[in-house]
Amino acid sequence: LPMMMVNADLRRERAAATFQPELLTHILDGGAERTRRRKEIEALVINDPDFQHEDLNFLSRSQRYEQAIRKSSLMVMKLREYGIADPEEIYWFKSFVHRGRPEPLDLHLGMFLPTLLTQATPEQQDRFFMPAWNLEIIGTYAQTEMGHGTHLRGLETTATYDPATQEFILNSPTVTSIKWWPGGLGKTSNHAIVLAQLYTQGQCKGLHAFIVPIRQLGTHEPLPGITVGDIGPKFGYDEMDNGYLKMDNFRIPRENMLMKYAQVEPDGTYVKPLSDKLTYGTMVFIRSLIVGDSARSLSRACTIAIRYSAVRHQSELKPGEPEPQILDYQTQQYKLFPLLATAYAFHFVGAYIKDTYRRISGDINEGDLSELPELHALTAGLKAFTSWTANAGIEECRMACGGHGYSRCSGIPDIYVTFTPSCTYEGENTVMMLQTARFLVKSYTQVSSGQQVTGMVSYLNDLSRQRIQPQHVAARTVTVRINDPVSLVEAYKARAARLVEAAAKNLQTELNHRKSKEDAWNRTSVDLVRASEAHCHYVIVKLFTAKLSEISNAAVRAVMTDLCLLYALYGISKNAGDFLQAGILTDAQITQVNQRVKELLAIIRPNAVALVDSFDFHDVHLGSVLGRYDGNVYENMFEWAKKSPLNKTEVHESFHKHLKPMQAKL
Amino acid sequence: SVNPDLASERQMASFSVEKLTAWLDGGAEHTRMRRAVVEAIERDPVFSRENQYFQSQNERYEAAVRKAVHLQEKMHEMGWTENGPEFKYIYRAVSGDIAFLLHRIFMRSISVLGSDKQIAKWMPLATQYQLIGSYAQTELGHGTYLQGLETTAVFDITTQEFILNTPKISAMKWWPGDMGRSATHTVVFAQLYVHGKCYGVHPFIVQIRSLQDHSLCPGITAGDIGPKMNFEHIDNGYLMLQNVRVPRENMLNKFCEVQPDGTYVRWGSQKINYFTMTTVRISLISDEVVIPLMKACTIAIRYSAVRRQSKLKPGEQEAKILDYQTQQEKLLPQLAAAYAFHLTNNYLQELFKKGYSEIQKNNFDRLPELHALSSGFKATITQYCTAAVEICLRACGGHGYSLLSGLPSLYTKILASCIYEGENTILLLQTARFLIKCFMAASAGQPVPPSVTYLAAAKPGKCPAKNKLDFLSPDIYTEAYQHTAFRLISSTAAKLQDLIQSGVKKHDAWNQCTVQLVQAAKAHCHYITVKNFAETVEKLETKAGIQKIMKHLCDLFALHGIFSNTGVFLHDGYISGAQMDMVTALYLDLLAVIRKDAVPLVDAFDFTDKNLNSALGSYDGQVYQRLYEWAQKSPTNKQMSPAYERYLKPLLHNTLSKL
Repeated sequence: LPMMMVNADLRRERAAATFQPELLTHILDGGAERTRRRKEIEALVINDPDFQHEDLNFLSRSQRYEQAIRKSSLMVMKLREYGIADPEEIYWFKSFVHRGRPEPLDLHLGMFLPTLLTQATPEQQDRFFMPAWNLEIIGTYAQTEMGHGTHLRGLETTATYDPATQEFILNSPTVTSIKWWPGGLGKTSNHAIVLAQLYTQGQCKGLHAFIVPIRQLGTHEPLPGITVGDIGPKFGYDEMDNGYLKMDNFRIPRENMLMKYAQVEPDGTYVKPLSDKLTYGTMVFIRSLIVGDSARSLSRACTIAIRYSAVRHQSELKPGEPEPQILDYQTQQYKLFPLLATAYAFHFVGAYIKDTYRRISGDINEGDLSELPELHALTAGLKAFTSWTANAGIEECRMACGGHGYSRCSGIPDIYVTFTPSCTYEGENTVMMLQTARFLVKSYTQVSSGQQVTGMVSYLNDLSRQRIQPQHVAARTVTVRINDPVSLVEAYKARAARLVEAAAKNLQTELNHRKSKEDAWNRTSVDLVRASEAHCHYVIVKLFTAKLSEISNAAVRAVMTDLCLLYALYGISKNAGDFLQAGILTDAQITQVNQRVKELLAIIRPNAVALVDSFDFHDVHLGSVLGRYDGNVYENMFEWAKKSPLNKTEVHESFHKHLKPMQAKL
Repeated sequence: SVNPDLASERQMASFSVEKLTAWLDGGAEHTRMRRAVVEAIERDPVFSRENQYFQSQNERYEAAVRKAVHLQEKMHEMGWTENGPEFKYIYRAVSGDIAFLLHRIFMRSISVLGSDKQIAKWMPLATQYQLIGSYAQTELGHGTYLQGLETTAVFDITTQEFILNTPKISAMKWWPGDMGRSATHTVVFAQLYVHGKCYGVHPFIVQIRSLQDHSLCPGITAGDIGPKMNFEHIDNGYLMLQNVRVPRENMLNKFCEVQPDGTYVRWGSQKINYFTMTTVRISLISDEVVIPLMKACTIAIRYSAVRRQSKLKPGEQEAKILDYQTQQEKLLPQLAAAYAFHLTNNYLQELFKKGYSEIQKNNFDRLPELHALSSGFKATITQYCTAAVEICLRACGGHGYSLLSGLPSLYTKILASCIYEGENTILLLQTARFLIKCFMAASAGQPVPPSVTYLAAAKPGKCPAKNKLDFLSPDIYTEAYQHTAFRLISSTAAKLQDLIQSGVKKHDAWNQCTVQLVQAAKAHCHYITVKNFAETVEKLETKAGIQKIMKHLCDLFALHGIFSNTGVFLHDGYISGAQMDMVTALYLDLLAVIRKDAVPLVDAFDFTDKNLNSALGSYDGQVYQRLYEWAQKSPTNKQMSPAYERYLKPLLHNTLSKL
């Protein structure tokens, strides 16, 4: 971009940075070569006239769906034309085409095809995979029902085997059993993988997956026995036809049950699968994507809010001087910089889970599942922790943009409504936290009975040692050094240990009073969630700190160390009660922490714009008038507004229809 | 028929719902009147919101204009007047989904800022809708900081006119409601220049559209600012002025005037005007903030009593999600907050009524206190309730994300209240400035206003609670809140002084303390809210039936605040670690107690189904049937999408050959 065009404030900000943003971008991408390739793919999409369209903010839901379908079909063809096959590169391509938004083929590409690959028999793959690959079959994955989401065992759809015809009869026996929410189900798909309770020989064998044709090939009309449609408008996801599906005695051949693992033989005999731990793998993978998504969504919001805060001038800091950039106000820095640090922290956590998954998925294929339970428990909690934090953080960024943040031109409302369902899908967050808690309590119980535990929970081993030498807890107070990230990791570790122990003890007390395990668990669940949160928080601080030593460039390492400190200290400041109550830090230290947080805000201030530039979002991808790279905000808000649907005619028809007659009457 | 899961909840009520409703309304006669207004409005199909979730921005705007026009007839038909007792219920009944709200601000600003002559000229026209007004203050580049506005009004002595201009793009008026499409006139705030001298921001009446054909007047550029998170029914607008001339008489001149020779004169006290602006902040709390939270609680709690998920005991039916402690911990504190802030609003209304009568007697002593309270509470309540509505939304899982739940619209609407009528952080800093001043005065032994007398009588020491149940004593927890507020205010004041004494300039010192100042102001408002709740409950002693449940809610609200801010209460050891464990245990116990009355407590808010407009929150609890029925009405299901013919069909049939 020619420098002349960039807003003077932003130019000054960029010139004042103490490090090169490109170097940080390379770290986020996983190397300079990855950055180069990402930008190459980005250019391929952004310069392609086929992918251009009107600003989505001015389109109706139907029009947005139509645009998304148009782009999706082009995308599938172009991906194959360019020979892009690496999953990450496909992800980039898709994300640039749809600008980080969902699209109607998401479930086809992300769930239908992979499920065929992992759960279909070779014969089933012959029948379905190539047609699906070539988009003659467009499929979705119909799991959630109106009455049940995360609690899968409660699903009510039935598939009853009829040995006479060798068919399954699918039914939605109640209103609550209607499939509800699956993306692409309403209008796009002609097939669905349906999860249903399998009944054979009069017995329920639990949930199984079935390939169900739902629309006539050719006419696209729903098949007899199938009721299918769109579930109506939502907070976001305008381009997605989330759908409903009701089945009335709908028959499919026996061969349509996905039978790589469990099987129903022609006479109705049920053959059990070998292990159900395998499904963990997919869940870990998808939840790790959500952690990465938390990082990216929060990064986008931070980019918008921080650039805008550098451009917007308001009020006065010093009497008689020009209005300062709002980024110079301490309250504004306090809103935004901890979120900026959080976005970086989450990037590193997302990368860690992805790498770990990649590393152990080799073991999984060889049948070694030993590391899966811990990773599964960890990703459940981290999915919840990061999506909750990012969700609140995006809103904080929007609020920091004042009134203009509320306009859809800011782009933040869209980021929020697109991101917020991730607190619910792929496992409701509270339920996820409780899954992590179950693992923590189990590990705690192991330690209590004298066994050692390994991995991220190994700090629990220290608890038994402390019981022998209780002065350790007191000794810890003076050892926390608030300017040393490694020492702060220890503080977070101690907090996690304390809260896990407290929750486990409370659970035990409840168990001593009551008969029902479930009841005791429920009565301790608020404590358990807190314990999980503390555990996840510790893991994040630990991973962020560990990342610092991997950064070779001194200037980048210095600024990342500041951010890491800010992340850790801000978290202590916000959860001071936990650290005080456990005796990890004293009143005086908390006061120092609060003070240090404010000093760090001032230290980070000169690098704030460069730190969001490093996220390297293209303007087209960012989709924000307030967050433009060139900072020319006001001119472009005006240009944007002129395109509003209400401005299509100079005099709105309401004037003739309503105003004029009223004035005549009164 | 009512879902048995809801019916059973209602049978368990420990109090009379009708009595509580009457108490919330301020008496049974008010309840009757409110219901009559709501019924009249809801019976009239023009006011229906049935298809609202399916409508485009254009359709929403048109419906809002139609309703506003129709309301004039309705009021005439029913014999309601703008000053009558029914008026306040109309807004609640239409859920704010109506145009010309800014027209009323236009009228108010003329009556407050205009001379008798100006009132006589403009008010009849406005009342008769011969013109439609708006209120153009905010600009692209400036919001809460009014001195920064850039629009200019230069007096031209030769023609006795003001020449209004938008000198640069950031000076463009931006956001005013009703201005994008509807308004014919607007009050423009501009920097007044006479003989080259700037006299600051003043209001001018400017005609922007023709009264004949509604076309824009010469020199005017105006339009809609485009889609927002909500308020799709309102045409928030932009306005650019190029050498627009208005007669000298169009400057609102109750307090100051430019005389024909260009002499600028100022008279009277602006203080009463200042007071009026302050009351606007208070007036929005009930309709725009507390009622939306009450609706969100109603929807989320009824839904949580109907939704069953997973099992609490093996072999039993799946449990209502309201029986999970984590769900109670999400929703019940928000319910308590809705009651708490309803009572805070009553307290503020009462205070401002008294303040107004004092001011009419030319006694302005209480003005700084009222201003500080209105700023602080506007910020605290909007922020708290916005977060609370979002919690309700997320507590409803996937279905909360559907527009048909009603929750997304409640959320996107309430969150705007954090910005309009003063950005919250700035407002809290205004309150903090007042608190610091009072603290200094109190330290010097000078008298301070009633709401801050505690700053003069600090009692150092520790929380006296000995066991868990001691924390059910309002004295114990109110003291804890008071202590915390005092500590935060005094320590910030001390830090400010230290900085200034060490040579830091005053404004720099202030900026360096703003994070703490905001925290102190919030703590003060939180303390007053708890104190007012406790005092109100105490006075309820005579009202058998509802006192007990209100006491539980008060306890829950107070203990939740401590539980969520443990660091602040533990900080100087006022509450010990052991006491904090008591607070936590007691707080969790209370959730289970209030759980039993949760549905009756939201029933008492007395929203009709039409008013809630939620597939999840209806009185009968037939959640799933309603979701299914409403979804069928979606336009996406009625029309065959062009996407199939245009894109899907070729995709499904022809891609193979291309691949």
